[in-house]
Order: sequence, then structure tokens, then C-alpha cells
Amino acid sequence: MNIHEYQAKALLKGFGMPVLDGRVVRSPDEALVAARAIGGPIVVVKAQIHAGGRGAGHFADDPGGKGGVRLARTPDDAQQAAVAMLDSTLVTRQTGPAGRIVRRLYIEAGCEIARELYLSLLVDRATGRIVIVASQDGGMAIEDVAAATPERILKESIDPATGLSDYQARTLAARLDLHGRSIRAFTTVLRAAYEAFVSLDAAIVEINPLVVTGSGDLVALDAKMSFDDNALFRHPELEELRDENEEDPREREAARHGLAYVGLDGTIGCMVNGAGLAMATMDIIKMEGEEPANFLDVGGGATRERVAAAFRIVLSDQKVRGILVNIFGGIMRCDIIAEAIVAASHETGLRVPLVVRLAGTNVERGQEILSHSGLKIIPANDLGDAARKIVAAVRAEGVA
Amino acid sequence: MSILVHSDTRVITQGFTGAQGTFHSEQALAYGTRLVGGVTPGRGGETHLGLPVFDTVAQACAATRVDASVIYVPPAGAADAILEAIAAGVPLIVCITEGIPVLDMVRVQQVLHRSDSLLIGPNCPGIITPGECKIGIMPGAIHRPGKVGIVSRSGTLTYEAVAQTTAVGLGQSTCVGIGGDPVKGMDFIDVLERFIADPDTDSIIMIGEIGGTSEIDGATLIRDSGTRKPVVGFIAGATAPPGRRMGHAGAVITGGHETAAAKIEALRDAGIHVSASPALLGQTLLDVLTGHA
Repeated sequence: MNIHEYQAKALLKGFGMPVLDGRVVRSPDEALVAARAIGGPIVVVKAQIHAGGRGAGHFADDPGGKGGVRLARTPDDAQQAAVAMLDSTLVTRQTGPAGRIVRRLYIEAGCEIARELYLSLLVDRATGRIVIVASQDGGMAIEDVAAATPERILKESIDPATGLSDYQARTLAARLDLHGRSIRAFTTVLRAAYEAFVSLDAAIVEINPLVVTGSGDLVALDAKMSFDDNALFRHPELEELRDENEEDPREREAARHGLAYVGLDGTIGCMVNGAGLAMATMDIIKMEGEEPANFLDVGGGATRERVAAAFRIVLSDQKVRGILVNIFGGIMRCDIIAEAIVAASHETGLRVPLVVRLAGTNVERGQEILSHSGLKIIPANDLGDAARKIVAAVRAEGVA
Repeated sequence: MSILVHSDTRVITQGFTGAQGTFHSEQALAYGTRLVGGVTPGRGGETHLGLPVFDTVAQACAATRVDASVIYVPPAGAADAILEAIAAGVPLIVCITEGIPVLDMVRVQQVLHRSDSLLIGPNCPGIITPGECKIGIMPGAIHRPGKVGIVSRSGTLTYEAVAQTTAVGLGQSTCVGIGGDPVKGMDFIDVLERFIADPDTDSIIMIGEIGGTSEIDGATLIRDSGTRKPVVGFIAGATAPPGRRMGHAGAVITGGHETAAAKIEALRDAGIHVSASPALLGQTLLDVLTGHA
């Protein structure tokens, strides 16, 4: 689960992270009030969407104009910026061309910047440990830094037995060319990030940029946090931070039924059990010359209701011109899958060709249910056969 | 022979009396697995499926010889169940549970590395030596005893490889689903080195996917071992959108080596026969074995 910058800063502040004074607003009038309250020679108006690259992005209705992070020298300027940004669509390198509608702004105090660093924490698969990633090249896309100058990416792994040690923070501070009071300030920043990560079961804590001010203080100028979905059960308080406007409605509906769904741009809807087989099914559709409309893993122990919900979600996608169901039943019984497909098809109305490949437990029963359903279902023997048949069926429909 | 499990492997089930534990223990018994009991805290002294129930893994191990434990405990308690099995000295632990918090597994892995126990999983189908011992949730009927060793991160893609090798007349020595979680027990290299050493495994299928770099480590192991056993590989996710879960920072650690393209290249460089299609795993291996590839 992802959250907004302002929410991440509020959480991190609770663990001792230095952040600037700021207010979240939802209207130009609130922006005016917030800018007055914050005061100072300058405030920053920041679009709150779940995607990076906001400053370098542009609004869909003003392609040549300013991005999603704007400076305002007066409260009136802040109000004007809010008028331009709220309810407009912001396009960044992470949103894709469709962009995201800006519904909230964060009005934050200005800050003097001497240097910009990068800092993040995440779990490293290779070591099975939390790893700190840091760089002197903050304020830009870190994947570009990693690609161009990998030697400027610093990594430090944390032993779960001891947790973060202060010497690790000091060592890293030295490698980041920090001096004097900045070294202790960096230790505070890193400890806050680490404690937040561990206490809240984060998937990532990212501060980019971490600013060094002229006086040597450190400030988290931007902050991004996301959380391990598997651990949300022990952090019910985080559910309040969920912004459903930022989530694909189909993905949200899928999650409600315990399904893993990712919407894509193709025309062949997929319903598969198991993430690996689901990806392989997408791959083979592409090999046959068409594009998958989605990734959908119904999981291992799916019930009839869950399968029916999955099938409805695939059918509800108007781009879908054909559906491929590929189930290799282990725990999942093919007869249950077949019953669910038949029920959902009758209920929703099957408007596109449907190819079903069933294998594994109770496969004969499943095929029998499908063939006696009265539905126009194209049976397939194996994965290759299924992919060829759905592609052929979609192309035949296209011609007709 | 086979690797890790065989007809004499004595198995207990943790989460024995729950719905999942009961169903899959029945299936394992029907397959011929030597299930010798199970653990459900508070139910010690009872009999379930004709077998003794213990309150703790330690009690089970004190009462009888235990070679392996399979865990069907729900996510919130699964990491604790793994730690309990490690503490009791169970040599092989197979954790089927899906959805364990990553930081729980970070803690488990540190304890695991200091112990003599091996862990398969979590979030995996388990391990099977066809005709001898089935530990996990895979459908037993698709397997045939044979000489192909299969290792995979994905459950249902493992079944795909099994069904295809069975269909072309080959069978399997042992199939290991190592699971898809970012922090887990045995990885490709741990299973591959055993297949390479196993006299009754003549060829290997390894199935990976995008994310992480463990397939590349596995490929390096195969190349450096100098094994003459043919290896067929497949990497799922060539068409998957990048980084939906970990965002962009995941790629920073690995330097962009976790894409399907990078992995396929590494596998080919190691002399592995990469099947372009997930539907041709069995055929590709048969072609290699019969000199047609």
C-alpha cells in the first residue's frame, strides 16, 4: 500500500525525522489560509499523487507549463497555484500518459538548500536483510544515477540481530562527505527512517532529496513510504491513510476478493491460478501476436465466489475482446472453477470468445460441466493450444 | 535416489488439525508419505487422521524420529512455526503458507542461517519425490517417477513442467517449489547443487521469473560446476510491467539484472537451453535429450 508525501512525513516526524512545517489542503481557499499560517518569504505548493517525478511533470491541460511542485512568494500566489493544480491531471514519468488527477496539495515552508542527498531503506532479496541505499546525487531519479554512475550508490546492510547501529550511520555520513553537525543530524535521520520501517512493516522508506542546509542541518524535503501488504493486518491504523482515488478501481475490487490483478493495455483478458503461470500466460499470448489485457492471479485456494468475482472483473474491462482462462488445479479443483465460470458467464452475459484450459485435480468433471453449460466455450488441451485458440478467435471476431 | 525426501522420510504437519492441514495431510497419506503425526497447540494427546497430535514440535521430536515438517499455519503465526521447527532441530522444514510479512522472514532467515535446518518456502507448493514422498499441495497424480529434477519459484508453473515432462514420457526425480517470496529458505543454487550431485537426476528444468537475481546465481553455479546434465530453463514475466510492487528502488540494488531479458541472457550464457514458450518445457528437454536440439 502506498501513501502520500504529506502522510509519510507525518509518520516519519513521529520517529524524529526533521521535516518542514506544512499543511495538506483540498481547495484554493485552504491553500491561502495555509500559506498565511506558514508565513516566511516563500512556500512550496506540492501536488499529492502516488507517483514520483512531480516537479518535472506537466499538467495535461497545459503541456508546456509548470509542473506539480511550484514556488509561491505570497499567499495569493499559493492560492493561484492551487487553482491551476487542483482537479487537473498531472502527468509524470511514473504516472504513464494517462496521468493522475490532483485532489490534494501540500503547502510547505521553503528551505535553503546547500546539498541534495538520496536515502532509502528496503528489504534486499539477496541478503534477506534491510538495506540502506544512499547517494550524494539526491534530487534526481535514483534509477538514472544507478544506471549511469553505479559507484555513486552506497549500500549498507542491517543485521536483524542488532538492528541499526549508530556507527553505521556515522560511517555512511562520512562516505556521503558530511561533516561537523551534519554527521549527528544524519544519524537522527537514519534512525528515524529505520525505526519507522521496522515499526510499521514498510516496504520502502525513501527520502529524495534529503537536504543539507547552509547551516549543516538535514531536512527530508520529499518522502515516500509504502507498506508490506502482508503485514497490514497488524497495522489497522494505516488503513486510514489509504487514498482510494489513487488506486485502480479494478485492482481495488480484486483486492477486496483476495485477488491479485494488474490492469494492462491489451485486448485478451486472462484468469489464471498462480503468479508465475499468470505471467507465463501473458508471455505466450504475446508470443502468439496479441497483447494481454491484465494480469490476474486467482490464487491457490480460491473459492467459487472468488473465481466468479475474478471472471466479472475481467469481463467488465471494455477493452477485452477475448478471454483466456488457464487453470492448473492443485488445491484448486477444476469442477469448482468450471461451475464458477458458468455461473459468472450466465450472470454477466458472455460477449466475447472464451477459451478455457483446465488441468489437474478433477479435470474431467470440470470439462463436463463446461461442455454441458450451453455456453460457447472453446476448450483447450494445453497452454500452447489455449494461446493459439484465443488469438485465432479474437482475430476471427475482428474480421467478422 | 532423489534429493531431500524419499520413501523413508518421516514427516509431521504443523497446523495439523486445521482445514488446510487436515486436507493436505489426508492427501499426503493417500500418496504414501510417511506422515508420523502433527502439531496443534492445545490439542496434544488427541488422535487426528489416526495419528498422534502434539502440543509442540519439540514433543513430537522427542516422541518419534522427525525428518521433515510441513507448515500450514496461517500467516500471522507461520514465521513463529518455522522458528519452532528450527529450535526443535527438524532437518527439513517446508512452509506452504502464503502471505507472511517480509520482516518476519528477515528475522527467520538469520536464525535459519545459524542452524542446521533447511527451509523450503514459504509461499510454495512444497517438495515431491514421485512415488515416494509428497510434502505440500501439489496434485500427486500428474507426477511419474523418473530422472528429471525440477526447481521453480512458481507453484503452478512447476505443475506445468511436471505435466509436460510426464506427457513426453519422462518422469521426475524430485520437484522442488522454492516459493515466490523475496526472503525465503532454499534458493535455486541450493537445489541445483543437489540435483547436479544426485546420481539419479539426469537432467534439470529450472523455472524462474522477474524480480531478484537468484536465477542468475543458479546459472552461474551450473556453468561453474561443469555439469554435463542438460538444463532447460524458462523465465516468466517478459511481458510484465516493471516494478509494480517494489517501485524503482528494487532495481537500484540489483542494477537492472532482474528483468526477464537479463535472466534469459544469463541462462543462455551458462549453456542452459531456454525455452521461449512455457508450453514447450517438456518438448525442449526431450529434444535436448534425444539430440534434436
